[in-house]
Amino acid sequence: MITQMLFSRHEKKILWAVALILLAAALVPLANLLIPEGNFFHVPGHLVPLLGKYLCYALLALALDLVWGYCGILSLGHGAFFALGGYAMGMYLMRQIGDRGVYANPLLPDFMVFLNWSELPWYWYGFNHFAFAALMVLLVPGLLAFVFGWFAFRSRVTGVYLSIITQAMTYALLLAFFRNEMGFGGNNGLTDFKDILGFNVQAGGTRATLFAATAVALALALILSSAIVRSKYGKVLVGVRDAESRTRFLGYRVENMKLFIFTVSAMMAGIAGALYVPQVGIINPGEFAPANSIEVVIWTAVGGRGTLIGPIIGAVLVNFGKSIFTAAFPEFWLFALGALFVATTLFLPRGVVGTVQQHLATRKEQKKADAAERAYRDKAAASAESRLASLEPQAAE
Amino acid sequence: MYRALQTFLVALCLLVSCLATGLRAQEDIRPLVDALGTGGFPQKIEAVKALAASGDAKVAEILQNLSEGKLYAPKTGGSVYLAAPTDGAYVDVLTGAPVADVPGNLARIKLNNGLRGAIGAALSQLTLLSPDRAARLAASQDLLKDADPDNLDLLNAALAQEKDAEVKATMEAARAVILLKTDASAEDKKAAIDTIAARGNRDALTILTGAMENAPEELKPAIEQNIASIETSLAIWDVTQNVWYGLSLGSVLLLAAIGLAITFGVMGIINMAHGEMVMLGAYTTYVVQQTLHAVAPQMSDYSLAFAVPAAFLFTGLVGIGIERSVIRWLYGRPLETLLATWGISLILQQSIRTIFGPTNRQVDNPSWMSGAFDVGGLAITYNRMWIIVFSLGVFVALLLLLKRSKFGLQMRAVTQNRRMASSMGIRTPWVDALTFGLGSGIAGMAGVALSQIDNVSPNLGQNYIIDSFMVVVFGGVGNLWGTLVGALTLGIANKFLEPYAGAVLGKILILIFIILFIQRRPRGLFALKGRAIEQ
Repeated sequence: MITQMLFSRHEKKILWAVALILLAAALVPLANLLIPEGNFFHVPGHLVPLLGKYLCYALLALALDLVWGYCGILSLGHGAFFALGGYAMGMYLMRQIGDRGVYANPLLPDFMVFLNWSELPWYWYGFNHFAFAALMVLLVPGLLAFVFGWFAFRSRVTGVYLSIITQAMTYALLLAFFRNEMGFGGNNGLTDFKDILGFNVQAGGTRATLFAATAVALALALILSSAIVRSKYGKVLVGVRDAESRTRFLGYRVENMKLFIFTVSAMMAGIAGALYVPQVGIINPGEFAPANSIEVVIWTAVGGRGTLIGPIIGAVLVNFGKSIFTAAFPEFWLFALGALFVATTLFLPRGVVGTVQQHLATRKEQKKADAAERAYRDKAAASAESRLASLEPQAAE
Repeated sequence: MYRALQTFLVALCLLVSCLATGLRAQEDIRPLVDALGTGGFPQKIEAVKALAASGDAKVAEILQNLSEGKLYAPKTGGSVYLAAPTDGAYVDVLTGAPVADVPGNLARIKLNNGLRGAIGAALSQLTLLSPDRAARLAASQDLLKDADPDNLDLLNAALAQEKDAEVKATMEAARAVILLKTDASAEDKKAAIDTIAARGNRDALTILTGAMENAPEELKPAIEQNIASIETSLAIWDVTQNVWYGLSLGSVLLLAAIGLAITFGVMGIINMAHGEMVMLGAYTTYVVQQTLHAVAPQMSDYSLAFAVPAAFLFTGLVGIGIERSVIRWLYGRPLETLLATWGISLILQQSIRTIFGPTNRQVDNPSWMSGAFDVGGLAITYNRMWIIVFSLGVFVALLLLLKRSKFGLQMRAVTQNRRMASSMGIRTPWVDALTFGLGSGIAGMAGVALSQIDNVSPNLGQNYIIDSFMVVVFGGVGNLWGTLVGALTLGIANKFLEPYAGAVLGKILILIFIILFIQRRPRGLFALKGRAIEQ
């Protein structure tokens, strides 16, 4: 049934987007590894992780769009799920360092030796296995979202109240992860990674593979999201967004529907974080900062919420702009970002993709209307002619 | 008669001995001074004590020079010389006259910690009799910390002529501590214990606990009882202190949140730039203070009186500007308002960073806001106290404005039923703009207060915005009393959690508590009652 759901009819443009992403997944690594340097089509080595980072952000924005664009839950805490997924992956990478750390302790990561800890905390067990870490990447953000959503949606906390307490959630986690006693490296976070699955994280081949993996993950997430949105459940979800009480009175269990999409979205954010960490090479508590989560919201808003392609485009566009801006005029990036927030909400509430779609839709409608009018006129003319024609013989008589 | 004669004789003896001391002075202490240059550290310590006991007026200066390493003596022992400050020549320690033929093997008299301690104790002894009150107080406090039975006589002498109550109390306490160490009579010791216990602070507790060990058996119950009572009173003062700190934190939260209670609670606008309004207020204070420094330095102490209205007007105008240009297009779309105001907050932060630089700016406390006073075991700083007064003042003024003024009436009318209010002739757009301006202006006044206790930096507002939202959400939207109760509750709860959980963990616990609390009461502590199921 799930396969049927996944491969049932998707909108054509989603399929195009998936094809494009997969094409990038193949082309960028090839252009980096096979085409010699100096050639116009060569992708330099430092650009690969940067592009990979954009795609991770795109996945995060897509996750947020599922809850915000389709269910009306403005989560200001999605950065927390992203960071938790990142920390789970970071813990695996830390355990892989083994005795190659500065203190050469085969079991304990460097920061624990530094803090004079004598044994590994229990929650670090199992993270030496990749499969376990990958499971945790899904489970930890998913579980937090489930528990949080369970309480929040059941007591019908909605709108801005929900936004504010999600922000409080990520703020509390930020404070918690800053503490050395938590056992996650405190202020410095986790870094100095060496291997992933036995391959050097710094090596060009690994980076290219990680990029391809990110692109494939994004493509899969897009298909999954599209399947969810186009299912009957997805239609009801939009109903929840637009008229929550009415949907409830129609007999749907609104809180369960919200809980499902919130949890799925958190897991997607976790995957994005897990793919982000090996490419960037560090995860620290700064990722929990409330400002980061709000930035994700603006990517989604710029691209167009309630369209699945919009957030991907928005995330890539805004972050590309950020890379250029912070390099050229670092002073003005915050001005630009602030102006982007204001301008998007005031002038582009549907985002780039949404506005284009609406424009196309009105044009299509216009065309349809024109065609219908022309058809009517033709038909009227034809019938008038035929009536005339039928009159003519009489006139001749 | 007999007694008067005795007194007279004693006085006469004292007079004679004093005169004799004066006559003896310089030449008599020379062997004592010279002893400073002879022998090992133990002998030198003895020499310092002997010098201090001599009571000569020059002694303090000599010891001061010794501790600064200006005294020289031949390595083999002999006369001590003072290095002249200017040309490296040597002068006589006592007279200050240049000495022509100094021995060739002079070396600086070295100090170690033991000798330094002895010099310090001797100096404090000497200053016990100093005419300067502050010096006497410091000396008696030193003596209280480091009670040496050798100083008992000196202390008695000092006590006899001490007039200042505070110095006298400290001296008496020091005397009591010394008495406990000597083999004075049980009655004296009992009195001493009472004297110490009467101080009732943590030092007294330490002293009494220390005295327990070698106290005679019959005194132990008394000491124990005193220790217990001091511990009880200290515990009470601890609670009082936590409440006070909590009130202080709560009043800061109240100031930061009360403007938000207006914009969020009354208008339903999520103003993420609220923290930046607070920041603007703090910078206004800075600018006013700098201007006043330049124009009228004698008015500096009253700069806050100018800063409060200036900050209110400036941030209020900025708020009205924001409302007219951005927010009014977004009414009815709270989530979009949240995003737009977040963008505005980024712009404001970066503007301030561009204009004033990213580093902290120094805002001075006026003289009437610095310092502290004691109430029992509680130290109250003036700036905290004035901030509590100020925030309550703002609260009451706002309450009166809302309940008693025409503007407040219009504001409440628009909140409750916008269309009806509009039909009655209220210009709702004006009310919206003014209400938002009011909320922003109050944030600016909060910034004036915060500039007195926090760093004035572009990030000032960021530190308060989440806490302020917590206060408003916890207290209940649309209710000023809720904000008051919420702010004070959260402030006090925070301070009570801190000793057990640490500052950060305490804050995390509070956040988790609020997140759970919202589940139980989604509309806060003092929810507005109404029939609307959703906005």
